[in-house]
Amino acid sequence: MRKVYGRPRFLKKRSFHYCAGCGHSIVHRLLAEVIEEMGIHERVVGVNSAGCSVFAYNYLDVDMAEAAHGRGAAVATGMKRAYPEAVVFTYQGDGDLAAIGTAETIHAANRGEKISAIFINNAIYGMTGGQMAPTTLVSMRTTTTPFGRDVMLEGHPLKISEMLALLDGVVYIERTAVNSPAGIRKTKKAIRKSFQTQLDGKGFSLVEILSPCPVNWKMGVAESWQWIDKEMTGVFPLGIIKDTTGNKDAD
Amino acid sequence: MDGNSAVGEAAIRAGCQCYFGYPITPQNELTEYMATHLSRRKGCSFIQAESEISAINMVFGASAVGARSMTSSSSPGMSLKQEGISYLASCELPAVIVNMSRGGPGLGTISAAQSDYFQSTRGGGHGDYRTIVLAPSSVQELADLTHRAFDLADKYRIPVIILGDGMLGQMQEPVDFRHEAPAELPVRSDALRGARGRPSKIVRTCTSNTSEMEELNWSLYRRYQLIEKKETAFETFLVDDAELIVVAFGIAARIAKGAIKSARANGLKVGLARPITLWPFPSGRIKELAATAKCLLVFEMNMGQMLEDVQLALQGQGEVFFYGRPGGVIPTPSEVLRVISRHYYQRGLKKGK
Amino acid sequence: MLIKTIFAGFGGQGVLSMGLNLAEAAMLEGKNVTFLPSYGVEVRGGTANCTVAVSDEEIASPVASAPEFVVAMNQPSLVRFQNQVQSGGVLFYNASLVNPQNPRGDIELVGVPAGEIAEKLDSPKSANMVMLGAFARKTNIVSMDTVAEVLSTILKNKAKLVSINKKALKAGYDLF
Ligand SMILES: Cc1ncc(C[n+]2csc(CCOP(=O)(O)OP(=O)(O)O)c2C)c(N)n1
Ligand code: SF4
Ligand SMILES: [Mg+2]
Repeated sequence: MRKVYGRPRFLKKRSFHYCAGCGHSIVHRLLAEVIEEMGIHERVVGVNSAGCSVFAYNYLDVDMAEAAHGRGAAVATGMKRAYPEAVVFTYQGDGDLAAIGTAETIHAANRGEKISAIFINNAIYGMTGGQMAPTTLVSMRTTTTPFGRDVMLEGHPLKISEMLALLDGVVYIERTAVNSPAGIRKTKKAIRKSFQTQLDGKGFSLVEILSPCPVNWKMGVAESWQWIDKEMTGVFPLGIIKDTTGNKDAD
Repeated sequence: MDGNSAVGEAAIRAGCQCYFGYPITPQNELTEYMATHLSRRKGCSFIQAESEISAINMVFGASAVGARSMTSSSSPGMSLKQEGISYLASCELPAVIVNMSRGGPGLGTISAAQSDYFQSTRGGGHGDYRTIVLAPSSVQELADLTHRAFDLADKYRIPVIILGDGMLGQMQEPVDFRHEAPAELPVRSDALRGARGRPSKIVRTCTSNTSEMEELNWSLYRRYQLIEKKETAFETFLVDDAELIVVAFGIAARIAKGAIKSARANGLKVGLARPITLWPFPSGRIKELAATAKCLLVFEMNMGQMLEDVQLALQGQGEVFFYGRPGGVIPTPSEVLRVISRHYYQRGLKKGK
Repeated sequence: MLIKTIFAGFGGQGVLSMGLNLAEAAMLEGKNVTFLPSYGVEVRGGTANCTVAVSDEEIASPVASAPEFVVAMNQPSLVRFQNQVQSGGVLFYNASLVNPQNPRGDIELVGVPAGEIAEKLDSPKSANMVMLGAFARKTNIVSMDTVAEVLSTILKNKAKLVSINKKALKAGYDLF
């Protein structure tokens, strides 16, 4: 009999601490698959960050270092500069990458650091219990916007990918979602392309992944998947935001 | 009411007009309380900042224009605030800063710890400055000291730190709020409100003139001396006949008190000394107590930080033992009792009724 | 008289609300109380517990070394806390989920089929209230009326929930 599905080699044998229906677990698996398929596990160094994924190193069986909240891009810069053979990726939430870490993110991108940022946009602070994120949608209720996000007070959702695309050091940015089998396949392709961009020495790349957080959105799992299509993609449209790699799709 | 919410309510009743914070466990309930209760008050402002660095600088701005302002965080976020606190101290701007501390170093644990004692009492940021540090040990005292913190900050134009911990923040106890929110506060005379009918004013910390900087340091120092003289606060429990006195602050003092009650029931003459202000540290009172008791046992949820202040106070006189539990471990009263008893018997102290 | 109780179980079993209800009821009856919950990552990991101290005098430590009462709503909680119960104390367990294997002879074991009773009442989520009813009857720390009163204030406008939970409370109370 032919084995068609199994645990990726670089995913450790332990169960996730993530809530049921959480997008983090899907992306972890995709990362493990891509690393295995590209045969780069001996060169990969990951940077995980404060957020629900702070324990990502418990699952991904590659070298990883935990950065202080928001400082992932700076830590990854240090790694890549000191050890250029490494394939360096950061794994960051929206609060981490686009609030407290905005400066580090923008400047690493602007320097064209040859790193890959895996950016989980779930429109919320998951780990700390559901506060507003920079990517929280207008009118969305969170524990710190109990009356709904008000543009007069809290501004509009921050489109950091579109902002970063303006910078010359950035070569590839794509936004995907992990709320459907097709979306999951696209996400995997995007992660692979981002790693390839780094291997080719081209510059900074980022994959923004719209990811469900049913618990803090206070929804069922199926409902949260639909909500991404119905509400999130209107504000954060899917697709390639910038691609100057000259590569067609990596596969 | 939980400790975090109690701080929020007490702050509003103290006339806090601005709160700026960034989420971090175990103090989120305070940020959330302000989002619900302060954000819609007339003349008040709540912002979830993009980082602790921004939050403390928003406080700097609000304080410069004369608003009673506050921020809060927990240990990792407090490290980020230190630069801002140094600037507040230098510009003599009042502010209230709450730290519901947790186990470190690094991201550490979210469980209660007292390992930010040095950071809080030694200024924390760069430069020669102090902040007043208040260490409550119950939800009621959190509320009372929050109110007091705003008054002290304005009175001495100084940042005041409330050093709580995760347990105090999360714990629920009954609270009485002794004040109603003021209708309107007078505007501080040094506030930047536009040079209307007066010469312009500046708030600054940078100078190329060293003697000017020395003078600022001297004037801060004189104020610190005044604070040491007037604002030191301290509590004791059963110390009069005590052979051994436990010195502890905050929640550790609470746990120690439970242990001391059991020790007394066993006939051990043990008392408690609890500094309420960690800076200014009640060195004089500690010295007096060390003279009446045979020995002191410093108990902290860290590896021995207040211990150094106790040793400094005693100047080598008197015997000091230490018991510390770092990392967010919360010892039970019976664990503390065992340590008390061990030292008590090893030291050959006399039992009483 | 100082009495400490630890309530423990899975997240979602309503362990914290049991403790909070007891604490608020005791407060209404003029006692000193402290309520100390576990929080954060620990809760996401799936277990929750809280410590409630009730006393006529000022409460020194809100932490319990040897609680008079422990309420274990699931097996891991029983394992974790059974050795902490003070000698002469009582260990309540949710007999619908917990298999007591306590070798200690110096404490009383009280099994309450809270899960089953709640199922029978058609509200499996109110197993915690069945347990709280039984707990109130056995321990006499607070009166049943106060516990019910607290329920009504916590669940303000939700008359239906109040009535379901009160039924559950009473079912537990009437067990002994
Ligand atoms: C300096 C500092 N401030 C605050 C925190 C608390 N904190 C941990 S994770 C986090 C944000 C989590 O949100 P996000 O980055 O969107 O990740 P998610 O959990 O949603 O995946 C915060 C504020 C911290 N760890 N360090
Ligand atoms: S809180 Fe949200 S982001 Fe965090 S693990 Fe749960 S579902 Fe995932
Ligand atoms: Mg997020």
